[in-house]
Amino acid sequence: MARWTTEEKERDATPEALYLRRREFLALGAAGAVGALLPRGARAEPTGSALAVAKKTELAGGEAPTPWDGVTGYNNFYELGTDKDDPKRNAGSLKTRPWTVRIDGEVAKPQTVDIDALLEWAPLEERVYRMRCVEAWSMVIPWVGLPLAEVAKRVEPTSRAKFVRFETLLDKEQLPGQKRGVLPWPYVEALRIDEATHPLTLLAVGLYGRVLPGQNGAPVRLVVPWKYGFKGAKSLVKISFVESQPRTTWNDAAENEYGFYANVNPEVDHPRWSQARERRIGEFLRRKTLPFNGYGDQVASLYNGLDLRKNF
Amino acid sequence: MAAVKKLRWLGPAAIALGLLPLAKMAAELGLDRLGANPIEAVLNRLGFWTLTLLTLSLAATPAHEILGLSWPIRLRRTLGLLAFAYGALHLSWYVGIDKFFDLAGIARDVVKRKFITVGFIALVLLVPLAVTSTDRWVRRLGYKRWKRLHRLVYAAAILGVVHFLWRVKADHTEPLLFAAALGTLLAARVAVWARARLAKSRPRSPPARARPAA
Repeated sequence: MARWTTEEKERDATPEALYLRRREFLALGAAGAVGALLPRGARAEPTGSALAVAKKTELAGGEAPTPWDGVTGYNNFYELGTDKDDPKRNAGSLKTRPWTVRIDGEVAKPQTVDIDALLEWAPLEERVYRMRCVEAWSMVIPWVGLPLAEVAKRVEPTSRAKFVRFETLLDKEQLPGQKRGVLPWPYVEALRIDEATHPLTLLAVGLYGRVLPGQNGAPVRLVVPWKYGFKGAKSLVKISFVESQPRTTWNDAAENEYGFYANVNPEVDHPRWSQARERRIGEFLRRKTLPFNGYGDQVASLYNGLDLRKNF
Repeated sequence: MAAVKKLRWLGPAAIALGLLPLAKMAAELGLDRLGANPIEAVLNRLGFWTLTLLTLSLAATPAHEILGLSWPIRLRRTLGLLAFAYGALHLSWYVGIDKFFDLAGIARDVVKRKFITVGFIALVLLVPLAVTSTDRWVRRLGYKRWKRLHRLVYAAAILGVVHFLWRVKADHTEPLLFAAALGTLLAARVAVWARARLAKSRPRSPPARARPAA
């Protein structure tokens, strides 16, 4: 009985110093909970064969690239599955050697080029670009590739070439997602010829100085940094210079949601979500989306006199 | 009655099982196993489990009336409350984490984005049902009125599935599976109702619920 006196209780109470430390601990815990929402830095080192890069250009305002894990583990490549982590899991079925790309249409020198020969057409460059997905998330990606303009020079487009059409491999075994009619296959994207030959437009063959992983569109894909990511057709087998505007996959699937131009534009919402802000992968708060994804100085003049609300 | 007593563990087991996805999510979040966009991953999973539990709760009555099973009925309230809990977390996550209390932006979303409008309405409809889920509220309202009120769950479930269907970009497989399950469960109710009516209009036919409760 004597044990349970008030005096004893007083002595058993948590000392003030400890009590304060517990508060600190709780605050730390709360911070940790928020921290847990963010992937912690680069854990996995880039893998794959290294590419010889002749030149490096940083065009993402000095921001750190999104870690390799994120860039190669969070992908929209429906041909390898519709969940974000499907493409990485399923990329094994995609065989990128041997691989040829047919370049044809309104050009003086149509040809079928082996991927390894294509890599020799121009010195490979690293370009660190922002990548803004139409789903309102974004990354910073160190691509390796060659300007599409260099490819165009080789095949010599004629004056009738007004658009360039990009076609992804059609092969249900290599790209099993094509067994399901989620989108009309093969995936097709297109650019106006002046967009295609703009110095920022890249045919990417690598990432982080390494050969492009399958889930990122190996062996060769399109990268147009001022447009939404879906314009960047992956695993290309055909590049055609054509006279009239080609039909494109997402535009065909839902023309009110995905325009032909698909320039990043915070003022034109996707009907189902706002495009004013975006979540940079690895960040907690959404940030403001920049017109033309921040590349307006370089590309806005391409669209002089064009109503960007109508031509979204 | 003895059988009912034997199943005393049923409720707690359902609660534990129902909270398992939440525990798994929390663990994976802490261990950074939710991919590059954990905020989106949690939001989507909370939504998925809301619809799953809501669909399961709607399976209890047909399981009793058509299959003659009585134990699912005892889980109906638990499943409904679990669905509401996941739904409330889903909305909280959207407001507090995904949008980080950007209230103006959220208000615009609720008004402008049809899929958010219907999702929001679905969850609001579940609030009175969660509140009146106690025995005391059944008594207070009277069983008939209580039952009529709780028919709101049909609207909530339909709107919830529409919310999912309108959200996805191209692959409608999952929302269509929910739609199929929900459609079946609602059709089962119509069938039971029609059979009861038929039995009433032909009093000499055998009673509709010929099978005794197990």
